Amino acid sequence: MSDAAKPSPPAAAAGRSSMKKELPEHFKAYRHVWVFIEYERGNIHPVSLELLGEGRKLADKLDVELAGVVIGAEAEALHEAALSCFEYGADLVYRVADPILAHYRNEPFTKAMTDLVNTYKPEVLLLGATTLGRDLAGSVATTLLTGLTADCTALAIDDERSLAATRPTFGGSLMCTIHTLNFRPQMATVRPRVMPMPERQAGRIGRIADHSLSMAEEDIVTKVLRFVPDRDSDKAQLAYADIVVAGGLGLRTPENLRLVKELAEVLGGDYGGSRPLVQKGWIEADRQIGQTGKTIRPKLYIAAGISGAVQHRVGVEGADLILAINTDANAPIFDFAHLGIVADAVSLLPALTEAFRQRLSINRAAS
Amino acid sequence: MHIVVCIKQVPDSAQIRVHPVTNTIMRQGVPSIINPYDLFALEEALRWRDQAGGTVTILTMGPPMAEDTMRKALTLGADRAVLLTDRCFAGSDTLATSFALATAIGKIGETWGPPDIVFTGKQTIDGDTAQVGPGIAKRLRFNQLTYVAKIDSLDPESRAITVERRAEGGLQVLQSRLPVLITMLEGTNELRRGSLDSALRAARAEVVRWGAAEAGVEDTAKCGLRGSPTVVKHVFAPKPRAEKAQIIETAAGPVRTQADAVIAAIFARQPGIESDLLRLARHS
Ligand SMILES: Cc1cc2nc3c(=O)[nH]c(=O)nc-3n(C[C@H](O)[C@H](O)[C@H](O)COP(=O)(O)OP(=O)(O)OC[C@H]3O[C@@H](n4cnc5c(N)ncnc54)[C@H](O)[C@@H]3O)c2cc1C
Ligand SMILES: Cc1cc2nc3c(=O)[nH]c(=O)nc-3n(C[C@H](O)[C@H](O)[C@H](O)COP(=O)(O)OP(=O)(O)OC[C@H]3O[C@@H](n4cnc5c(N)ncnc54)[C@H](O)[C@@H]3O)c2cc1C
Repeated sequence: MSDAAKPSPPAAAAGRSSMKKELPEHFKAYRHVWVFIEYERGNIHPVSLELLGEGRKLADKLDVELAGVVIGAEAEALHEAALSCFEYGADLVYRVADPILAHYRNEPFTKAMTDLVNTYKPEVLLLGATTLGRDLAGSVATTLLTGLTADCTALAIDDERSLAATRPTFGGSLMCTIHTLNFRPQMATVRPRVMPMPERQAGRIGRIADHSLSMAEEDIVTKVLRFVPDRDSDKAQLAYADIVVAGGLGLRTPENLRLVKELAEVLGGDYGGSRPLVQKGWIEADRQIGQTGKTIRPKLYIAAGISGAVQHRVGVEGADLILAINTDANAPIFDFAHLGIVADAVSLLPALTEAFRQRLSINRAAS
Repeated sequence: MHIVVCIKQVPDSAQIRVHPVTNTIMRQGVPSIINPYDLFALEEALRWRDQAGGTVTILTMGPPMAEDTMRKALTLGADRAVLLTDRCFAGSDTLATSFALATAIGKIGETWGPPDIVFTGKQTIDGDTAQVGPGIAKRLRFNQLTYVAKIDSLDPESRAITVERRAEGGLQVLQSRLPVLITMLEGTNELRRGSLDSALRAARAEVVRWGAAEAGVEDTAKCGLRGSPTVVKHVFAPKPRAEKAQIIETAAGPVRTQADAVIAAIFARQPGIESDLLRLARHS
């Protein structure tokens, strides 16, 4: 097979790994770790705080500062966001406030971000792998002509002060570690919920540096006509739910999904499913859990009738406790679940719902 | 209207296996397919062409054998196909890939008229970075519309376009102006089957093959491994969990007994969880 223009698969990594590191002189001034803070409609996306936690570790290892970048319309509101950044580990916040930046748009945000980078020269720049973060990261990296590693699950600093960004490939069956050796900044996106949420340090403070946006509304072609919030606002919550119950093909019929929803409801959690359920139209696409769906990190994950394919596994491994219900004692899910029961989910789920309901109401009455 | 659709040939990942000892991808015998997400982009392109008139050009950077998958896309109704293939593109990361594709789109514009829309899929199933679309948009200076769930309106005369873009927590309705680059979400439209007519046309159609020079690439140092700032340093298998699941044994009792045993096991394993549950259940 001629592989003329194939992107090199990990197996062919040797060619690249033998490349020597020779950071050009003008990049040596690049220092400090930056996190882009996704701030929309008055809220910081939790992934940005998770990245501050991770960025703090990288900055300490490099012995440099950690900065957050907040971009938006109102300086006041961004000030509030900056205070949160300090409490989650930032030493410094770069603030770009301009009415043009009221809603996320690629052009002005790319301009704001690339101007900041060219002026203050960070060595590492991290963004959340959300629809916003990925839209922005791709443009920023192309404008700066630097490397960008997508959807990482682990970040580290190696002995040569280089960012080692690890991501799952081929649906999680292999991991690969990617470096940006000769260019700066070293950029990476990280999925929500992959990194733990750091402790908030109330009262921790830092410095704010303002930077202006050199752009006028007339320069920007794309306009936001309106924003239509998701009606089912829980959908966005799945990644952050403390309890998640999910079903797979083992449920057999779409009607049985009700059993999953009912258990989730009694537990005050959220529900999701494996990819085939999305493909069959049993659940909405944003309830898919796994490599090509949501990564979850709940305290308790109950998987009913899910075989535990590697693509599903990579999305749930961060759960504190995984309970698997499956009729097949050899199902791969028992290899990574903490607790398992070999049982028919269709009859066990309603029994569990009932048992939990009673147990919780008794204890609630007692407390 | 002239619409360009970028299509990647990918290994059918459902059939990919990793060699247990060497940790290499076993590609032998794994069939190549059109990146499934790109089919939604192609479908959207064909619909707008059918509605507003014009032509659809498909573009792939890949090995010579990618011609097979391109022919499949022609069967679905694309008007012409360009295969970008050259040794110097091997090992491209997303920066080098978007450079090569954007340069070729420039050449396509010179040859068959400037494109009004460039479509890409949301992401691929092998590299799955979702970075190539934004990379092309930036290099061509096209307005960038990513994660598009629906094109509400498109007027080739006034060049206005309105789309619904998937954002965090909702949909952004954006108005922009051609030329645009659109990355199309999956599941946005029903895919067509090829007609007999287009199958016959596809069999006759020529897949235009361009090397770097023909595509207008002047500096091959921006291509392939040399043009890629990212370096794959290390490939390894994920660590398996040391212990397997603790199996809750309930000798075929009634389901209620099973349920109680499950709850007991959960609380034994994670004593803090009961108070969490009480808190959560109260909120819901
Ligand atoms: C590129 C790519 C990306 C993918 N991304 C994802 C992803 O993000 N998320 C994802 O989930 N999958 C993903 N997949 C699909 C994945 O490979 C599996 O096919 C999928 O997870 C299997 O779903 P399942 O466990 O529901 O079904 P199956 O594998 O069919 O498993 C059904 C299970 O139910 C059990 N069962 C049957 N009857 C009962 C019963 N009555 N009670 C209890 N158990 C029962 C069976 O023993 C079996 O283990 C991806 C695949 C590819 C190729
Ligand atoms: C396991 C693995 C991990 C990788 N990780 C990274 C990484 O983190 N950063 C990085 O810069 N590179 C990475 N690469 C390299 C990257 O996969 C290649 O650059 C590839 O050529 C394009 O990226 P993609 O497959 O991620 O495409 P995506 O950006 O996901 O593709 C989006 C769309 O662009 C179009 N498109 C993409 N490639 C082509 C093509 N060859 N021809 C026509 N249209 C195309 C398609 O419409 C596609 O739907 C990785 C490669 C592998 C195999």
